[in-house]
Amino acid sequence: MLHIVACIKQVPDTKIIKMNPKTNTMDRSSAPAILNPYDAHAVEEAVRLKARYGGIVSVVTMGPPPAVKAIKKCIEIGADEGYMITDRAFAGADTLATSYALTKALEKIAKIRPIDLIICGKMTIDGDTGQVGPGIARRLDIPPLTNVKKVVEINKAEGFAVIHRKLEDGHEVIQSSLPCLFSVEKDINEIPYSPLPNMLKAARYQPHIWSVDDLEEVDRTLLGLKGSPTIVSKVWPPEKPKGGEQLQGTPAEQVDRLLEILLTKKELFAVKGGE
Amino acid sequence: MAIQDHRGVWVFLERKEDTIAPVSLELLGAGRKLADKRGVPLGGIVIGHKVKPLAQIAVEYGADVVYVYDDPIFENYRTESFMKAVIHACEKHKPEIFLYGATSTGKDLASAVATDLETGLTADTTMLDVDSETGLLEASRPAFGGNIMATILCKKHRPQMATVRPKVMKALDPEKKRRGEVIVETLKVKEEDLRTKVLEIVRDTTKKVKIDEADIIVAGGKGLGSKEGFDILHRFASVIGATVGASRDAVEAGWIDHHHQVGQTGVTVTPKIYFAIGISGAIQHLVGMQNSGLIIAINKDPEAPIFQACHYGIVGDAFEIVPMLMEAFQNALDKEVQYGGKI
Ligand SMILES: Cc1cc2nc3c(=O)[nH]c(=O)nc-3n(C[C@H](O)[C@H](O)[C@H](O)COP(=O)(O)OP(=O)(O)OC[C@H]3O[C@@H](n4cnc5c(N)ncnc54)[C@H](O)[C@@H]3O)c2cc1C
Ligand SMILES: Nc1ncnc2c1ncn2[C@@H]1O[C@H](COP(=O)(O)O)[C@@H](O)[C@H]1O
Repeated sequence: MLHIVACIKQVPDTKIIKMNPKTNTMDRSSAPAILNPYDAHAVEEAVRLKARYGGIVSVVTMGPPPAVKAIKKCIEIGADEGYMITDRAFAGADTLATSYALTKALEKIAKIRPIDLIICGKMTIDGDTGQVGPGIARRLDIPPLTNVKKVVEINKAEGFAVIHRKLEDGHEVIQSSLPCLFSVEKDINEIPYSPLPNMLKAARYQPHIWSVDDLEEVDRTLLGLKGSPTIVSKVWPPEKPKGGEQLQGTPAEQVDRLLEILLTKKELFAVKGGE
Repeated sequence: MAIQDHRGVWVFLERKEDTIAPVSLELLGAGRKLADKRGVPLGGIVIGHKVKPLAQIAVEYGADVVYVYDDPIFENYRTESFMKAVIHACEKHKPEIFLYGATSTGKDLASAVATDLETGLTADTTMLDVDSETGLLEASRPAFGGNIMATILCKKHRPQMATVRPKVMKALDPEKKRRGEVIVETLKVKEEDLRTKVLEIVRDTTKKVKIDEADIIVAGGKGLGSKEGFDILHRFASVIGATVGASRDAVEAGWIDHHHQVGQTGVTVTPKIYFAIGISGAIQHLVGMQNSGLIIAINKDPEAPIFQACHYGIVGDAFEIVPMLMEAFQNALDKEVQYGGKI
């Protein structure tokens, strides 16, 4: 029996989000909150490993109360249990403070049921760093394995896992002791439609909800904004490329103009020409 | 430890085959500027087995001092062994700023090191500056799916760390005559203290698409209508020596493999020229290519957002424009070859 915990986050759908051009802040009401797409793959992988080896899949999130919805989505995918830590004290956390809070939650979950494997998404679409996973692993002092694109074997009896880790030009096969933490690539699996029983279970499911006071041995100075070494000093709209010239004339004229522009960069094409 | 005890700008020198990865050379270029502005030395750290010759390359590209960890235990990258070396060096020499390439290795290593050193780490930076008085690093990056740019500071912790996207910074021209100091460090890491082993490294030589290394990308989107529609793109690309890229919708339609996908959930690319053909220019696509040198859009819809994000745009039908463009290109290249007298 494996106990696998996936770390998941509810995020605003950055595809649809509107920015307030005056303040450069997100208009959160403009974007629906969704389960971070990468984390869906983390949960799916955990569910697949459960199917392969038997076990229990839990998910954990740190977030505001509405994040219960993201947990329910994970139940639909096939998770068994959901844990949420929610508290004002967590607000404003950067990756270091986030990994600290999640580590405290994971320690508590591990007391309920020892954890064999933690799976994170590659990154969140709002934080967009991929740093939280390895951060948790370091804090728990277990091996972090990032860019995992395939799980070859989980061998609980002998205490090891074998995975493929994606590289820029291929992959490496890594063996690690258990427990360990994976950050998984999105191409590790495809997420099928959720079976009806899961949907029904999700609709009724109530996650375990903890505040800071429910966690043990928490150093509050390491939480939230206070515990975050990084701060955002300013934000501004991304610079649009200069130029933005709409070419004019007949299609033929436009194409000529474009080639003329491109030929100012002819060194880029020279390799081809010189072959 | 007091913040003012920290000094110097450092770059993690990632190894690629038998040399230094291009991104690390770019960071030496960027780091040089920061170090000069702050009036401190530029350091590099290289970890591996038989990697000492790489130190000299780093010097030629701008480093004043290179710390070398050379031991068979460092033969392959492993988070646990490499982080021990980096932390050892940081504790001993106390750099003020530490930059890593935003590669799978760089991001993995930096995330682990930052946690252990309990310091701040800014991910996927695209702009760097430093306050010459305070040494405060201003690391800027696209955030919220590219909807905004944000500048991140780390005021109270050192070293200030950042991963930096490949192909954004510029490497200096190497100077053979440049002199620097090479310091060989010793750190005993025992195999039995490491919990991971690299069993095998599989280099994917069949995979021709290295879209993030391409200088020219011809990317197509849903506007191309079908797999056959993409053929024209492949032909155009082969004519101009470009690599084919794609929007997510084209990938999901099954017209092209996902290795080609550019954008937030695909690859981030910064080619010198980027053609967006039949791509609307959704923000998730833009974040993956907006730092390209020259962006050219071809789209039927004059209102398509891609025209706001491009340098030059042609409103027109790709199936009319591209063949014309292709033919013109072929002509131009033939002419170059003639003048070049290479054949
Ligand atoms: C490998 C290599 C080696 C070379 N060696 C030599 C050499 O030894 N000697 C030499 O003289 N040159 C050489 N060249 C070519 C050289 O780089 C210049 O291209 C050439 O010298 C410029 O000639 P030009 O001014 O007549 O044409 P261009 O610089 O091409 O200027 C013509 C103008 O017309 C535009 N234009 C060109 N074609 C079209 C078109 N089809 N439609 C619309 N607009 C168009 C261009 O944008 C440009 O503005 C070499 C090129 C290469 C790639
Ligand atoms: N607030 C959170 N709650 C639970 N898991 C998180 C949270 N933030 C990040 N994670 C996990 O860490 C991964 C990387 O996140 P990030 O570093 O924000 O890109 C995500 O894919 C999640 O698996």
